[in-house]
Amino acid sequence: MEENVVLTARGISMTFPGVKALDNVDFTLRKGEIHALMGENGAGKSTLIKCLTGINDFEEGEIRIDGIDGPVRNHSTRDAQNKGISTVYQEVNLCPNLSVAENLFIGREPLTKLHTIDRKSYNKRSMKIMDDLGISVDVTQNLENYSLAIQQMVAIARAVDMDCKVLILDEPTSSLDDEEVEKLFNLMRRLKEKGVGIIFVTHFLEQVYAVCDRITVLRNGKYVGEYPIAELPRVKLVAAMMGKDLDDLAEIKKEEKDYSKEPMEIAAKGLSHAGTIKPFDLNIHKGEVVGIGGLLGSGRSELARCIYGADKAQTGSLDVDGKQVKINQPIDAMNKGMGMLPDDRKAEGIIADLSVRENIILALQAKRGMFKQLSRAQQEEIADRYIDLINIKTSSKDTLVKQLSGGNQQKVILARWLATDPDFLILDEPTRGIDVGTKSEIQKLIVKLASEGKSVLFISSEIEEMLRTCSRMVIMRDGQKVGEIDHDLSQEGVMKAIAGGES
Amino acid sequence: MKAWNKIKSWPLLLPIIALILVMTVNIIHDAATGVNPMSFFAISLRETTTNGTILYGRIIDIINRGSEVAILAIGMTLVVSASAGTDISVGSVMSLCASFMCMNLAGYGVSSTTTLAKPLVVGLLAAVLMGVVCGAFNGTLVAHLSIQPMVATLILYSAARAIGLLLCNDLIVYVRNPSFAFIGAFLGPIPTPIFITAFCIIIVSIVLKKTALGMYIQSVGINAKASRIAGLNSKLLIFLAYTLCGAFAAIAGIVASSRITSADSNNIGLYLEMDAILSVALGGNSLGGGKFNLAGSIIGAYTIQAITTTLYALGVSSIQAPVYKAIIVIIIVVIEAPPFKAYIRKFAASRAAAKGVKA
Repeated sequence: MEENVVLTARGISMTFPGVKALDNVDFTLRKGEIHALMGENGAGKSTLIKCLTGINDFEEGEIRIDGIDGPVRNHSTRDAQNKGISTVYQEVNLCPNLSVAENLFIGREPLTKLHTIDRKSYNKRSMKIMDDLGISVDVTQNLENYSLAIQQMVAIARAVDMDCKVLILDEPTSSLDDEEVEKLFNLMRRLKEKGVGIIFVTHFLEQVYAVCDRITVLRNGKYVGEYPIAELPRVKLVAAMMGKDLDDLAEIKKEEKDYSKEPMEIAAKGLSHAGTIKPFDLNIHKGEVVGIGGLLGSGRSELARCIYGADKAQTGSLDVDGKQVKINQPIDAMNKGMGMLPDDRKAEGIIADLSVRENIILALQAKRGMFKQLSRAQQEEIADRYIDLINIKTSSKDTLVKQLSGGNQQKVILARWLATDPDFLILDEPTRGIDVGTKSEIQKLIVKLASEGKSVLFISSEIEEMLRTCSRMVIMRDGQKVGEIDHDLSQEGVMKAIAGGES
Repeated sequence: MKAWNKIKSWPLLLPIIALILVMTVNIIHDAATGVNPMSFFAISLRETTTNGTILYGRIIDIINRGSEVAILAIGMTLVVSASAGTDISVGSVMSLCASFMCMNLAGYGVSSTTTLAKPLVVGLLAAVLMGVVCGAFNGTLVAHLSIQPMVATLILYSAARAIGLLLCNDLIVYVRNPSFAFIGAFLGPIPTPIFITAFCIIIVSIVLKKTALGMYIQSVGINAKASRIAGLNSKLLIFLAYTLCGAFAAIAGIVASSRITSADSNNIGLYLEMDAILSVALGGNSLGGGKFNLAGSIIGAYTIQAITTTLYALGVSSIQAPVYKAIIVIIIVVIEAPPFKAYIRKFAASRAAAKGVKA
């Protein structure tokens, strides 16, 4: 094996039913480097990683790891861990009903002399690990009590603690805010100095340029190339990923228009849900796109959930289209013309074991009621229409949705709501973990919906995205709506409002 | 080759293979003992003093005796799919419904009667109503109070039989009336329970085909939170699944009671909940909820009955039978287990690859 190389993969190929997920892919990771693995949704990034970690069983090619003679084939993540490969995935794969400490040590619990689990020592060690990373949590609390961001940090802490040679981070930053991202980057740099090779998968281009040394690009399951970071500026990277020049995002811009004369679609007065969101007022006009800005956990999602009835509003009143309505659960909101794409795609979005077709028609069918079943022909027509319209990459409409890549799953849920033809659509982080091309498609779609007179409530961690599409922004802080910005939307202005204070 | 692949991915393939396997054992045994190997399938007409001319044969016997488990399996399939749990109270609920029915038909405190105290229909409706109430009770505990299905249904599992005994004043109530006995006897030459089972299966199949209930239940079973956001009333659907399961337990209870023209609280439906759960598993359904295949469960139910009948035909005593049953079930369940399937697929693939190299 070459000097300084910790891991090589050569000629990896792997097929899923109907799809060649990886086709003769090479990958090389050196000691003490942060190596970005880039590509669009479905390019094969996750598949390649799963081959390295033993979740997927590849058909051809070989993997070699420094210090081990001959080709390596992992059969489980545990196998991979023993060989020094640890992974943190895009979605948190820990046990929500176990404590933070238990999650950190699950499968490798420290034992006492009697070979029973040494609880004292592992709580103590857990505390130290979390302290070192600067995460303040009570390690004896169940993981489910913490936000997605903290859960993600725990997953990373767990991987880091396993003395790995190769650390794989698959979209670790998609649910972290800027400060948390910076903490993670610091940690990554520390590990890099210790000689750990890090594979970093992300959709945030700026993050790649902030920490990475080298980039490998995949496209449609094929190897495009490996480049030192300095030789591949942003535009070239995007071009390599998409196989064409970047569809300029700056083109998307809503025309300036005064919406205050338009009829009211949503008028919320004093809505609240105990423990998640304090009473708020919110008016949204027809054809308007309103963004919600705020840090993660500031109550962005909770505000939307409260309007939609996902968390039932305990106080206040809500008018939809000028009429007061009572919303006890999501179906009530849907019958008033609402739809909501939730932020946690895995837990609240997809029905993993149902087909793409069934996932797309689900909300429409729920709205029609149990006894007015859509015929098979109607279902297929609707599925085909939306697969075509928003370009969902799937081998067929009867493929199980769990076999699709994350971005395409997101599109399926989007299709589910478009199929119900909503007047008011809530999109909570619709572009998280999605590649540049798809992002711009979704943003265009939002603008298009608004031009058809539909109202959209848009939540995103990326402010630029909201600046591009929204005509007004609501600012959230600590579970409270603290203000609105309706003119001169600028990144700086919004940031200041989110941060609060005088500066 | 394409047709072969289609057959391989057919969900009913394994349940049917299991059933065929059991039949094969019969044929081999018959051949080995010098009986006509096809006697397992032989159906003949026989004269009886009580029921006139009836169909007679092992197949008929299996389909007849398997009725209760098949009916229970329908409800169990829905419960497993919607709630990723099992209703272990169905056997006891069968018994309770039978007791309640016989109490109505005979009158409270009467231990034996030949004339009905109330019209038969009233008794049947009372039984179904009791089943619905029991199912609704289970459904409320599971759906609205979020109690684990096993624990929630454990309550009626242990209590229902006792309640039945109370209703019957601690007696075994005999209702020796021909109109009641008819349910467990014969319609023309064919056993009536076969018609009842067929009726239940047809009704449920039509409902699943013509309404979106099937997709709703599966969706809730796979991801209740996401289903709620998409506009489904997850709690109501889980509640509904348990209520239906209770209703089907009542129907099974009516059949079982009518067969012996009595409400034998301690024996009706004994251990049948386990057979019903097993039917669902044998049918290739995951007990983890989500996707279900009703036809698989039904075939599973008859497979279990075929095993039982086969063992008796082989001369295994009813005390030893469970041991053999367990062995057969282990084999069938292993064949259907996904890791085993994956192993076979891999094995076949490597064989095919080896062949390719040679060619």
